Amino acid sequence: MQLDDTDRRILRQMMAEPGLPTAELAERAGVTSATCWRRIERLREGGVIRGEQALIDWHALGWEVEVSLRFTLDKTNPRAFDEFIAAAREVPEVLEIQSFLGSTDMRLQVIARDMAHYQEIYRNRILTLPHISELDALMLISTIKSSAELPV
Amino acid sequence: MSLDLDDLDRRILRALSRDSTQSAGALGRKLGLSQPATWRRIRRLEEAGVIAGRRVVVEPEALGFGVTVFLGVKLAAKGRVSLEDFERAVTAIPEVQVVQHVLGLFDYRLRVTARDLADFERVLRRRIMTLPGVGQVEANVLLSEERRPGPLG
Repeated sequence: MQLDDTDRRILRQMMAEPGLPTAELAERAGVTSATCWRRIERLREGGVIRGEQALIDWHALGWEVEVSLRFTLDKTNPRAFDEFIAAAREVPEVLEIQSFLGSTDMRLQVIARDMAHYQEIYRNRILTLPHISELDALMLISTIKSSAELPV
Repeated sequence: MSLDLDDLDRRILRALSRDSTQSAGALGRKLGLSQPATWRRIRRLEEAGVIAGRRVVVEPEALGFGVTVFLGVKLAAKGRVSLEDFERAVTAIPEVQVVQHVLGLFDYRLRVTARDLADFERVLRRRIMTLPGVGQVEANVLLSEERRPGPLG
């Protein structure tokens, strides 16, 4: 799908402040409401905009610990990735599952209520995941920037 | 202090974290709640900061961003370079979407988006490697990603 400057302006404003009413968005992007609405519809249909989601602050719900776990898998088993991902989906405390090309094969973002709870999840749910060859953990201290914006 | 959620709150959160464009009326009908009751619950979740905001989900490739790389960055000269200087400089780079201060093998985790590998190399060489205090950098190219609903009952 070809995007022009108007599409890009609308997208920039949308990404900067999701949830704006169309009229407000149109004004910021310098187009009429009707144009803005049509363009957004077109971007949705073209698969550029896939949706809009609420962001949950787990900290506000009492989940104090957040850890990025990085895994190297035993690649001698051709099903290692599929089976690892399927098992990781069964752990409710896993927020993100990513696979990589590089020295790390998989990464899981895991939350826990406190360190004791984390230890329990780590021992009972993480170390029991299939085909792990190595893993290391990065404990989150703070998120300095988190943006879904793209420099379009 | 954390908010006590009941089953309906959790279902509302689950639904909105999948699609936040649905109206309180439409969501209420699915849950067997009235529009005002649903609206009040959403409002309470927003005021308590449980719903921290909204995110537009775009297809990066449709916008010409074909490559996402996760970087682990270790600072070379801790103490000599202030964390604030590094953080200020790194957050100003538009291609850097996420900056997290972490404890472990690295000091920072970055999520970087670029048009292609050549563009990523440009960002890495000109913007990341020149950051104040930057030391060892490890890069992993993202192949696939999924977000899970999280522990909502």
